[in-house]
This record gives sequence, structure tokens and C-alpha cells, in this order.
Amino acid sequence: MAEIVLDGVTKRYPDGALAVQAVDLTIADGEFIILVGPSGCGKSTTLNMIAGLEDITDGELRIGGDVVNNKAPKDRDIAMVFQSYALYPHMTVRENMGFPLKLAKVDKATIRQKVEEAAEVLELTAHLDRKPSNLSGGQRQRVAMGRAIVRSPKAFLMDEPLSNLDAKLRVQMRTQVSRLQRRLGTTTVYVTHDQTEAMTLGDRVVVMRGGIVQQVGTPKELYDTPRNLFVAGFIGSPSMNFLPATVENDALICALGSIPLDDNHRRALQARSGEGPVIVGLRPEHFEDAALIDSSHPGVTFDGTVEVLESMGSDVFAYFTLEGERATTAELEELARDSGSVDAAAVDQLVTRLDPNTGAREGESLSVWFDPANVQIFDPQNGDNLTAASAQVSTGQHAADTTGRTED
Amino acid sequence: MAATGAQKSGWGIANLAVIAWALFPVWWLVSLSFKVPANIATDGGSFWPTQWTLENYRGIFKLGEFVHALVNSIGIAVISTVIAVALATMAAYAIARLRFPGKGLLIGMALLIAMFPQISLVSPLFSIERGLHLFNTWPGLIIPYMTFSLPLGIYVLSAFFREIPWDLEKAAKMDGATPAQAFRQVIAPLAMPGIFTTAILIFIFCWNDFLFSISLTSTTASRTVPAELGFFTGLSSFQTPTGAIAAAAVVITVPIIIFVLFFQRRIVAGLTSGAVKG
Repeated sequence: MAEIVLDGVTKRYPDGALAVQAVDLTIADGEFIILVGPSGCGKSTTLNMIAGLEDITDGELRIGGDVVNNKAPKDRDIAMVFQSYALYPHMTVRENMGFPLKLAKVDKATIRQKVEEAAEVLELTAHLDRKPSNLSGGQRQRVAMGRAIVRSPKAFLMDEPLSNLDAKLRVQMRTQVSRLQRRLGTTTVYVTHDQTEAMTLGDRVVVMRGGIVQQVGTPKELYDTPRNLFVAGFIGSPSMNFLPATVENDALICALGSIPLDDNHRRALQARSGEGPVIVGLRPEHFEDAALIDSSHPGVTFDGTVEVLESMGSDVFAYFTLEGERATTAELEELARDSGSVDAAAVDQLVTRLDPNTGAREGESLSVWFDPANVQIFDPQNGDNLTAASAQVSTGQHAADTTGRTED
Repeated sequence: MAATGAQKSGWGIANLAVIAWALFPVWWLVSLSFKVPANIATDGGSFWPTQWTLENYRGIFKLGEFVHALVNSIGIAVISTVIAVALATMAAYAIARLRFPGKGLLIGMALLIAMFPQISLVSPLFSIERGLHLFNTWPGLIIPYMTFSLPLGIYVLSAFFREIPWDLEKAAKMDGATPAQAFRQVIAPLAMPGIFTTAILIFIFCWNDFLFSISLTSTTASRTVPAELGFFTGLSSFQTPTGAIAAAAVVITVPIIIFVLFFQRRIVAGLTSGAVKG
């Protein structure tokens, strides 16, 4: 068990391409940290550099206080679980799990005991003498986990370990991974492109884009106060709605109408260096059917025609098409590309998550309410979240307001 | 689509016909080798020896030349195969796994050597080997055999190595293996079917060669069986050595059959299944 420190770690390929750019990150002993981002963001490269499977071009990597930049993977004492599981097909489950111990020249009796303990934890005892080809996907995944835990390494590295499982098994295994990590208390670095996995598993989450760390924080921090458009759009499902807006007469004018500014917004806009239009961000869960809201609640309402209604049982998603232009920035386009929704985003669509008791009907008009305090304002020039910056100054008062009923 | 009974029997008949077609010459050879040498001229037309005899086999083993040639054949083919497979394994692994300058050129050259008509090289090789005192020696045959079997070996093996998921090697490294341990304990066992396939192909190539053996040898010091057969004179100078040649041909076919049967069990397709997702 050990602390892992990345100090300006950079990866540049021989052709000059910069895969990872000056990552500074301190992973505490026993922490479960998630690297998340769209494909090609450098998260796997970062993990491979920690593992020693890729050279570090620049910067320093320390595990448990020792600089390990030039150490071979075998001398770093860390275990890795691969997306493909990478089980040795010519060995039985027992041999697979015992392989690291055999290489470390542990005596046979100890290997046997440790493998059987790990198999017990992972419910693999019945399968110890089978070959990987005779196992199901979930069992193979557990063997891969078993091979990592038997030798009690300083840290676990996991490269999208659940993405080859079907949806139901993935949720099940996610809980198991979380329980296992808590039980063993081993420092874990986990790479995923799935923001749900990132939010549910991690003590802290590192959001990456184009080789650069966008934000590091607890899942709640990322959700409540995303530092920029990219993090705001990446974290949360369905993702945040972004609307272009202008500031006029102490209000934000956008497709939802006129949103009066509060103190926090005013501070944010004053602190801003530039002028001109801004982008307004609102999470789907911050909307509600106006009919279900007590009229004493302050807020803004707007009317729209419900285009599509999706009932999930616990929630209802209502989609509206808004008039006016769509908010476009490089960040938002990358997010759209990553989720494969380039075409869907061609019209400006608003997603709202409503209470299941809503009377909304497809094709009918609905009055929708939201609290202006939940509005986040972004600078379209650089994508910065202006409200998050000022919220931090004002001791997070705004962050406390925005949580609402999102913590389900 | 399930095959109907008629389709199945149709295929069965077709298969039998092909097998009969392929095995007929072999049977003919075996039959000839058991016929009495003196009767072959008159008896030659029959499928079945009218009188069974081991005289031909006894005859060829009494000849010192044949036994010598057999030893040469076995020795030269085995040594060439072992060295060629060892080199081909390393080269193929490098080609499949590493990126290095000149890789394309290397593959191209290998292919070129494989395609080169061997007959055009015989005369220069003859002169070179005489100059280097390799003519009529074992190395004098082992070197050209290796040269011509390596490209084949590299091709077959690199295809096998490419099939082995790279993640397995990374996993072995993470599990604490040195590159040598990763290769020996993880990669090589998985490449075994490929290595055995290559070994069989190279062995057959060396074993069957006639051209180099007849051109680059002059005595039984290094002449292999295929070439030696051409020098058979029969038991007396008045006999055509048909029976002896047939017996010798049967004798040199047997090792190949044993070799293939022995290694065939190792050539199990799909050994890597279960390594990665799927």
C-alpha cells in the first residue's frame, strides 16, 4: 500500500504527439481514484505510465516515496486488471491466480493458501481447476481481479475492467469492486469512460480531455461545481443543458426567457474579464413541472411543447425543442462527438427530468419551473465556469443550493 | 443448414475417391517393394505381390551406402529444422511485436528468398561451397536448407504470434515476469502449435530435397537418401533396381509419417480461446 504521486508527468510520442500533458496528481494511500474522459483523452496512457508499460517522457512518478520512472513493471509492485482480462489460456484458474506468486518464488504451500483465500473472496473456489475458456465473462473478470489481489501489491491499476460485461453484470460487479477495494484498503487507480462508474466508485475523480487534467475532485464537487463546460457536460446523465444567453438589465436572456440574476451570478459576471454573450448551464434534474411546485417557491417558469416523453418509472424525462441558436464551443462539440449525438444535437434540445406525478403529455404544452440559483454561467471563449469560480470565493453557498434532489 | 442423408453420402463417396486417388501410388510403391526382384519384370503388372518377400529391404540395408545416406538424411534434416525453427521463432516474434526500421524490407527480402528459383542458385552455390571447403559436408547442405526454410518459417510463425493478444505479455510483465520469463512461460506455450507446424513443414522440406543434395555432395559422406536413390544399381549389375528403390522409398516415407503423427497432437487450433473477452 502506498501513495502515488504524479509530478508533471508527460507523455510525448516520437512523432511529437502529446498524449498526456504535465499531470500533477497525488493519490493518497488507500484512495480509490478514477481517471475518466472520452476516448483518446490520455487516461489509459496515464495508467500505463503508472504501470510502467509506457515510458514517461517528462516529469516524475513516485510510488510510496520512491521515484520509479525507470523501474520495470515487475519492480514497481503494482497489479493491473486489463479490459480484456488477459488471462493465460494455457493455465487453470489456480495457475493464473498463482502466477505472480510463482514468479516471486513464493513456496507452493503459501501460493495454494493465498490463491484459495482469494478464490473464496471472489466466489471462484468451485472453478479453480478449470481453464479460462470454460468460464463465463463475469467469472473471467473475477479471475483477473483474483490474480491482482493474491500478492497484496502496493496498488491496483484497472483499465476499464467492466466494459466487456453486459449491463446488468456490470452494475453487480461495480458493487463488488467497490466492496473489495474498501475491504483491502489498497490504493486503486481505475480508468473508465463511463461517468456513472466514475461517480459511483471513486473517492475522487480525475476528468481528462486531450491529455490535460480538467478537474480533480469528489464526485459531488464535479457535479455541483464543474470547473468548465467540458466537465459540466461530461458528468451527469442525461447531461447538462447548455443555452446561449446575453446579459441585459440584470437578467440573463436566453431561449427559456429572462432569468433574473442573483448575487452569486452578479459576482461571477463582474469577475469575468471579457464581455459579450455567455452560456447558461442547467441540469435536467433542476427542472420541475410547474404544476407540482408550491407557488411560494421563487423561480422562473417557461412554457413549451413536450416533444418526447420517456418514463423511467422513478422519473420522467421530457424533451423540448428550443428556438434560437445552439450553444457551440469546441468542448461541447467534442462531448457530442464522444456520445455519438452529433446529429441529435443539431437542433437545440432541452432535457428535463420531472417528477413521475407530472401531468405532462407528449405533444401538449407544459409549464416548467426552475430555480435560477441552479443556473451556472460559462464563458464561451474559454469554457470556464464563472459561477463555480465565484462560488468557491463565497464559501460554497451556491453549491449547497444546487444539490436539491440529485443525491438519489 | 443440416446436410441431408444424400448430401452426406455424396460427400462420403467424393472423399473416398480423393483418398483412393492419393493413396494409390503409395500402395503401388509398397506392393513393388515386397515383390521378388527377379519377378518384377513379369509380375510388375499386378496390384498384389504373387510372392511376398523382404529381400528388397534386406538388400538395401546390406548396402553401406543406403545406411549412410539414411543417417545423413536424418542428421541433416533434424539439425536444419532445429536451427531454422529457433531462428524463425525469434525473428517472427520480433516482426509480430516490435516496430523497427527496415521491418518492411526484411519481410520483403524473406519473401524474395522464398520465391527465388532454387535451380538458379545451384551453380554459384557449388562454386562458393568448393571455395569454402563446405562442398560434400553436412554444413554444406544445412546452410542452404536453413536459408530456404527460414522465410517459410518466419511467415507461418509471425502469423501465429500476431494471434496472441499483446495484453497477455503486458499482464505477465505486471505479474512480475522478466521479458524472458514472459516469453518462455506465456508466449511460447501459446505459440507451440505454430512452432510444431513450422517444424513439420521445414523437416519435410529438408527431408524431400533432391536438388541441393545431388548438386552439393559427391560421396556418401553427406549425400542424403533422395539423391542416393539415383545411384542405386541393384544387387547385381544385371538387375534393374526397381524393387530396391521401392523399398528405399518406403523406408524414407516412414519417418515423415511418424514425425507428423507425433506432432499432430500438439497442433490444436484455438488454444488461445478464453484469454481475452469473447
